[in-house]
Amino acid sequence: MRDVAIIGIGHTKFGRATKMSHELFSDATLQAMDDAGVGLKDIEALFQGAALPGFEEGQVMPAAFSAADLNLGPIPATRCEGACASASVAIRDAAMWVGAGEYDMVIAGGVEKALSMGTSYASRTFAMACHAPTEGPVGLTFPGVFAMAARLYSRNYDIPLDTLREKMASVSVKNHRHGALNPLAQFYKKLGDLKVEDVINSKFVADPITLLDCCPFSDGASALVLCAAEKARKYTDEPIYILGMGQGSGGPLSKMEDLTKPVSRISSAKTAFKQAGLSPEDIDMLEVHDCFTIAELIALESMGFFNWGEAADATADGQTEIGGKIPVNMSGGLIGKGHPIGATGASQVYWVVKQMRGEAPEGNQIDPVPEYGMTDTLGGDFGTLCHIILGRSKRKK
Amino acid sequence: MEKELREYTVLTHAEYEEGIKEGKLLGLRCASCERITCHPMPVCQWCGGRSLERTELSGEGELTTFTVIRVPPEGFEDDVPYIPCLVKTKEGPCVVGRLDYDAERASQVLISKQVKMSGAYTHKGDKFSGGTHTCPVFVVVE
Repeated sequence: MRDVAIIGIGHTKFGRATKMSHELFSDATLQAMDDAGVGLKDIEALFQGAALPGFEEGQVMPAAFSAADLNLGPIPATRCEGACASASVAIRDAAMWVGAGEYDMVIAGGVEKALSMGTSYASRTFAMACHAPTEGPVGLTFPGVFAMAARLYSRNYDIPLDTLREKMASVSVKNHRHGALNPLAQFYKKLGDLKVEDVINSKFVADPITLLDCCPFSDGASALVLCAAEKARKYTDEPIYILGMGQGSGGPLSKMEDLTKPVSRISSAKTAFKQAGLSPEDIDMLEVHDCFTIAELIALESMGFFNWGEAADATADGQTEIGGKIPVNMSGGLIGKGHPIGATGASQVYWVVKQMRGEAPEGNQIDPVPEYGMTDTLGGDFGTLCHIILGRSKRKK
Repeated sequence: MEKELREYTVLTHAEYEEGIKEGKLLGLRCASCERITCHPMPVCQWCGGRSLERTELSGEGELTTFTVIRVPPEGFEDDVPYIPCLVKTKEGPCVVGRLDYDAERASQVLISKQVKMSGAYTHKGDKFSGGTHTCPVFVVVE
């Protein structure tokens, strides 16, 4: 496989959008192309993450219409769907095609208009990424799944639930602190001085998960220009290289051995590390899938950054802040930045690239700029997991 | 031709749901590893074995975890608050269902309690669900 680089990045403001999905995606794509200094004719294929466009705007096959909206011509345009991990699946597939030599330059990204659906309908359609035959009639929701995981985490590691809730709240406090500093975040200039008590005392969505343990519903898009690494320096002095990728699949909740140790995530992360020739000790920063506070803790343990049952304490101790063992979600994460589900994986990569360029918002920038960064994106109740490891220099052969 | 038309389903999901409505938790016993698969799959959930025969589980097990849903998805407004739960059956496989318990009293002490299947919950479904679907309901064995 050839090495693949990211040479351009784009990202709309997350939150409530009046524009339609195709317009959001085109905005992000044109930003990325301008950032890379490439033209429409340079793009050979498009990979678009979009989880629920049929339910949001009655649009199936959105990738083809996005290619048309951008006047990219009759190039192959493919929608990738892995629920909330859709964009990471798109980026991984796109990078494989470029790596395999089929294309030199492609667009990969994602888009979603989830906030516009409203909480009731959005909860219904999001729950479609649960196992419909067995979890559908139960009325399970994603806050519900992670609430079940939190109770199990408390039990598995013998941490009293009230103590665990405080430590979970510290994830929300941290991520809102950084989201409030991020001009593209849904909660920019909001909730930046959140307190642990605020999170615990906000209303229950699914016990013990409160509203402030949750990421919001969001509209938004993000896109990247991927290029064969051997050609990347033609366009930019600072290509960011894709060093390793992983993808894993899970199944219905009832078939999982342990909700707090998702095999799909463990397997995907291992694949990415192996491909990159790196281990957790080498990674300088993470953007992980904090759809709920407990989800960030489970992610960090499953990826090997903390021992089982230790991420809760570590987070409460500030080890995932700037200056700690490993800064996590300095963009604000899904909780502070927003979670337009089909776009999230691309947004995570966008913010790793911004960090590596030294262009993260003041207060969020890690110093010195990170050499290696990693994203973690989760779809469904551990149904689709993706990891992407990025670096400022090429993979060591 | 006959070979091409072969089907691998020993117990369909519809039959599994019908069983729940009749108070029976149906599953599949694997001839290779002797373990039980539930809900049904075309292959053994433990070893992938293909020689499966129908069996009935006791409906008894242990409560692995649960939650109380306060903000429901569209179509579940009338049920709130309700308790989804995950049960590890005596026979081995886990099952997702509803717990019949006072939602305002449901606390962490319920975890690991013995439970047994007490009935069925059928949701009316919506235009996305392909009809109605049924899940098991469990009660705590005091």
